[in-house]
Amino acid sequence: MDLTLKIWRQKDSNSKGQMVDYKVTEISEHMSFLEMMDVLNEQLVNSGDEPVAFDHDCREGICGMCSMYINGEAHGPDRGITTCQLHMRMFKDGDTITIEPFRASAFPVIKDLVVDRESFERIQHAGGFISVNTSGNTQDANALPISKIAADEAMDAAACIGCGACVASCKNSSAMLFVGAKVSQYALLPQGQIEAKERVLNMVAQMDKEGFGNCTNTGACEVECPKGISLENIARMNREYLKASI
Amino acid sequence: MATLDSKVPKGPIKDKWTTYKDKINLVNPANKRNIDIIVVGTGLAGGSACATLAEQGYNVKAFAYQDSPRRAHSIAAQGGINAAKNYQGDGDSNYRLFYDTVKGGDYRSREANVYRLAEVSGNIIDQCVAQGVPFARDYGGLLDNRSFGGVLVSRTFYAKGQTGQQLLLGAYSAMNRQIARGKITMYNRHEMLDVVKVDGKARGIIARDLITGKIERHSAHAVVIATGGYGNVYFLSTNAMGSNATAAWKIHKKGAFFANPCFTQIHPTCIPRSGDYQSKLTLMSESLRNDGRIWVPKNMDDVMAIREGRKKPTELTEDERDYYLERRYPAFGNLVPRDVASRAAKERCDAGYGINATGEAVYLDFKAAINRYGTEQALLHGDTNPSAAKIIELGEQVIEAKYGNLFQMYEKIVDENPYKTPMMIYPVTHYTMGGVWVDYNLMTTVDGLYCIGEANFSDHGANRLGASALMQGLADGYFVLPYTIGDYLANEIRTGEIPTDTKEFDAVEKEVQDRIDFFINNKGTKSVDHFHKRLGKVMWDKVGMARNEKHLKEAIAEIKEIRAEFWKDVKVPGNANEMNTELEKAGRVADFLELGELFALDALNRNESCGGHFREESVELDGPQKGEALRNDTDYKYVAAWEFKGEPSEAVLHKEELEFNDIELKTRSYK
Repeated sequence: MDLTLKIWRQKDSNSKGQMVDYKVTEISEHMSFLEMMDVLNEQLVNSGDEPVAFDHDCREGICGMCSMYINGEAHGPDRGITTCQLHMRMFKDGDTITIEPFRASAFPVIKDLVVDRESFERIQHAGGFISVNTSGNTQDANALPISKIAADEAMDAAACIGCGACVASCKNSSAMLFVGAKVSQYALLPQGQIEAKERVLNMVAQMDKEGFGNCTNTGACEVECPKGISLENIARMNREYLKASI
Repeated sequence: MATLDSKVPKGPIKDKWTTYKDKINLVNPANKRNIDIIVVGTGLAGGSACATLAEQGYNVKAFAYQDSPRRAHSIAAQGGINAAKNYQGDGDSNYRLFYDTVKGGDYRSREANVYRLAEVSGNIIDQCVAQGVPFARDYGGLLDNRSFGGVLVSRTFYAKGQTGQQLLLGAYSAMNRQIARGKITMYNRHEMLDVVKVDGKARGIIARDLITGKIERHSAHAVVIATGGYGNVYFLSTNAMGSNATAAWKIHKKGAFFANPCFTQIHPTCIPRSGDYQSKLTLMSESLRNDGRIWVPKNMDDVMAIREGRKKPTELTEDERDYYLERRYPAFGNLVPRDVASRAAKERCDAGYGINATGEAVYLDFKAAINRYGTEQALLHGDTNPSAAKIIELGEQVIEAKYGNLFQMYEKIVDENPYKTPMMIYPVTHYTMGGVWVDYNLMTTVDGLYCIGEANFSDHGANRLGASALMQGLADGYFVLPYTIGDYLANEIRTGEIPTDTKEFDAVEKEVQDRIDFFINNKGTKSVDHFHKRLGKVMWDKVGMARNEKHLKEAIAEIKEIRAEFWKDVKVPGNANEMNTELEKAGRVADFLELGELFALDALNRNESCGGHFREESVELDGPQKGEALRNDTDYKYVAAWEFKGEPSEAVLHKEELEFNDIELKTRSYK
């Protein structure tokens, strides 16, 4: 298929960006979206232009590196997948595809489609851990039984890949799904109880400091989340926050 | 001149590690505050090492090329992590895990290292649970286990199909705690481009800030390389796009020996290549072979009909199918080890029976399993005379519960429903057992330079068993290196901070800068990927699943040619002082072009078939094992450690003889 691509080009964080049109031809429907981008980049390199910079790594939907906003949706038109798992069969010959970076004031553009997600890192530094040392004398793993339901729910929350699609999809650029997922994982496990209060207070404080917006329960984040992280995690975080605040 | 002293402690294998720890030198906590350690790579091995070293009080500087340690490719591991906990009471023990790992590695790993790995495996699970890793549990609230290939017990712990992700996030959380305390300085989006040695000791690195392009000097009292494997030398692999061998190769060129590069694991169950545009390949977990039957058509007419779309695989009767693994290996059937399954698929496809357009695919069929589970479920539901449709419905539910995420992944990529039509699979490069040579302390042949995780060579011999990579990464990082590095650093307490304004740093920085300038100014005509793909094709065709002398010699010559052409004609657009992904790739491919040659040389030298390395000249000539791999313990029971001498193919071979005192050497048989 032949396609027109409208892609955000921006030299660096200090420059002004703009949408630029490109044509790609003979794209196979079996290609992944990023392989289509590879074809474009090979074309650009061969003609002496600079290729489009975009983040990607594992190309199997788990590292959370890829971050494109395609036709107005984080990770594009398919559901339950990241950009790297999107395939060209979702498009048809002659389509025009708009490709932008994840947009949020807390995710400044570094170059083209690459954004800076250090704000997510700083939120994790603020409390995304359990304070246990690697002594080699930790108690036996089976000393503390955990109900299967709690363990499974914690796993569902822990499945977050930290890509930022939730932020990019939210009209308020809220990071509450991301933070809620981490808070929930630990809130559901006995190991997380000891630091539960400080954790939620510190992570939320850092989230606010980074300039992420608030949640207004629209639910766009849950729809666009490639890992299906549930809104319940935001509710649980709010509960934890309230418990810690009173 | 560095020599090969493995420094394995004396004494019975069960006591070596404990006794050794009792005697090594320690660094007093107050002195640790004055010692810096650089860790390059923050996957399972690097991430866990950073966290533990920082807890102990060292100042850690950690480097990752991604924007966060959470993105390292350890995250993609699906199946699980082994540990000899014996929670199932099925007779597991440290010795049994040790035995299975050495045997699975086809007797080419170092006994003492593997025993230590088994010994600390239980601690890993305890540590991860304490960190809040949500492992799967049974209804009684205790940890669940599953079984993996090549072993007779259930010792694999898992978190759905995302065990690697959860373990990495555990190590990442432990790092975050230390980053918050200021004990780890994290350098995201930085790539190490060389190591700096001062008076023979590793004292720092030269790194490039991938956002600004700035070349930076970082010093430390010791340097740890944890940058994973070199599978991307094949261009197509299950590795991440950015996975590269630059750090490992650069230290090799600065004096670290490179061991057994030809030991590479080709995983039998990956989704086949669909076209030339393919950028990477996706693994389908080994666990699928528990329920899937592998086959190709018996008759060439059917092969052609399927390729041309005139026939569907489901239309072939049982008589018209060749379940070649069950035919050749009746005892293990579809559950033979990875190397055997991969070679058998290649044999059928080479004979012309591959079932897709490229001729490189075989079927993995779940129909029998669906019927079996469906019949069983119907009985359990009290239906003694279920309809065929009901059986399929119930059977598919069982398969979905076990492998749902993998089936969904397959359907997204291939656009076929694997419940209704068999999956297409083909072998792909997945893991590299070879790597930088290290002694018992995980130190390379350069003082103060350590190598851990997949990047080193030590634990998996010629073939790695499933669910052992995660175990080794975390064992090295959490429980081994933090002890052994202290023995070296105990002599560094009076050294003081290492300055970076020295002639040693000047010289290495200049080398790095010159190479970058070359790429930017070369203005050739061909892209980096063009060369990478050509290298990958030579590696796959001639240094792939089956190797012979003629092909290996050709490969060495062809790789030299490609490399020469690369240095003449490579084109890197853009500038050095900005984010430039083509420039990053150019440096990595330049190193792969050298590593590939050493790889082929090592394969040429090792004229025996063992584990993932299959030499066509070394097969059983008769008897029940006719045509199978023939290991040669008389001539090749050693680690081949190569010393760089200016050209990859001029590398000098050093041998570390392997001793097996606690395990009897046997031929692996799966017939």
